[in-house]
Amino acid sequence: MTLLVWVPLLMPFLAVPAARRVAAALAPRHAARLLTAVALTLAASSSAALALLVVPGASYLPVVAVLGDLAEPLTAGPPLVAVALALGAGGLLLWRTALVAVAVVRERAALRRARAAVAGTRDELAVLRDALPDAYALPGRPGRIVVTTGMLRALEPAEREALFAHERAHLRGRHHLLLVLAELAARCHPALRALRDPLAYALERAADEAAATAVGDRRLAARAIGRAALATKAPLPTRPGAVLAATAGPVPRRVAALLDPAAAARPTLPRAGRLVAGVLLASLVVSGATAIGAADDLHAHIEVAQGETTADAAR
Amino acid sequence: MGDRSAERRPAGELEAGVLAALWTAGEPLTPARVQRALGVSLARTTVTTILSRLYEKGSVGRVRAGRGYAYAPTEDAPGLTARRMHSELAKDEDRGAVLARFVSQLTNEDEALLRSLLDAGELDGGEDR
Repeated sequence: MTLLVWVPLLMPFLAVPAARRVAAALAPRHAARLLTAVALTLAASSSAALALLVVPGASYLPVVAVLGDLAEPLTAGPPLVAVALALGAGGLLLWRTALVAVAVVRERAALRRARAAVAGTRDELAVLRDALPDAYALPGRPGRIVVTTGMLRALEPAEREALFAHERAHLRGRHHLLLVLAELAARCHPALRALRDPLAYALERAADEAAATAVGDRRLAARAIGRAALATKAPLPTRPGAVLAATAGPVPRRVAALLDPAAAARPTLPRAGRLVAGVLLASLVVSGATAIGAADDLHAHIEVAQGETTADAAR
Repeated sequence: MGDRSAERRPAGELEAGVLAALWTAGEPLTPARVQRALGVSLARTTVTTILSRLYEKGSVGRVRAGRGYAYAPTEDAPGLTARRMHSELAKDEDRGAVLARFVSQLTNEDEALLRSLLDAGELDGGEDR
């Protein structure tokens, strides 16, 4: 087995920081698509690489040999190494699959609970009587806007319209699908976890922009977000902070972006950005190509093991 | 401001604002008071139409008020379970990625930064719309 197969496994460590840099320089909607595409490509190619690592070691199993019509085990390095690699990669693959399955179950449960909470109404707007300010888009057919009385009271009437427009943008854009895909990709490779926050931020920014357009007033949209955030902050001093941002958190950045669109549009140097974009694209292409290359290489070894070609042809 | 186009927006979208106004009022509102409590300017007849539709759907109840009606949101038995469900859901770890909050939690630094942003933009007053 060549070293090619390791490239897709290591590539996320290079491509993810690059993707974050590029996304920061893009319009929110494009950034969201880029980050999702990067997460899916890297998750798929690294999983494929793991699968390819399993095959040579597995060829020592009589069952696999019969099924694959193999005359002998694959000539992919020393038997002990091949078997050890196969066991390691197979274990990792199983572990990833289990993590993805757990995440799917968890997301479905969250959705089910949220749907049950608003089962009593059929309107686009579902109001929950709760002093805790909270608002979210509940995907479904049709999607709903869920808001607590605490949130409604924290906002002026015009600000509420901005909030509704924001949640409608999430529902129309089917943003929850992108969030879930990124969440599942993060379970496939640890480096992909770092794509979730930028994606969530890009989606919030996209919805903020849609809200600002809908109400025709960027300052109004900014005020709605700011007030909602401050209202959420006040009654919850005891809640243990799950995430403590080192720098400014997403809410102040969203408000700042609405108040000063020119500054928000280009936070990075264009030239540096282009360089990073180049590195990102190159590493994605390399990641996908090496997965295919490694598969091709493995196929050659399989043909040798099947006695169809000589070892010379497979190098 | 989007007032010009408010009448042309889909009826379903106007309902959300009307419902929100009724929920925040704390007492039944007449169409005239609903109209004043909205974030967009709508004709009185439009408000009355929306209220009638919400009443037919069972989303709001109404009581006689003078020559017309005053409206209030209906709260049925599911509403009570909803409250319990929501406090369960409010815990972040149960929420999953699907249900993205309108605003995420602020750190103390974020709060200070946000207040200064809002003050600088003279946005905290809320009366300039």
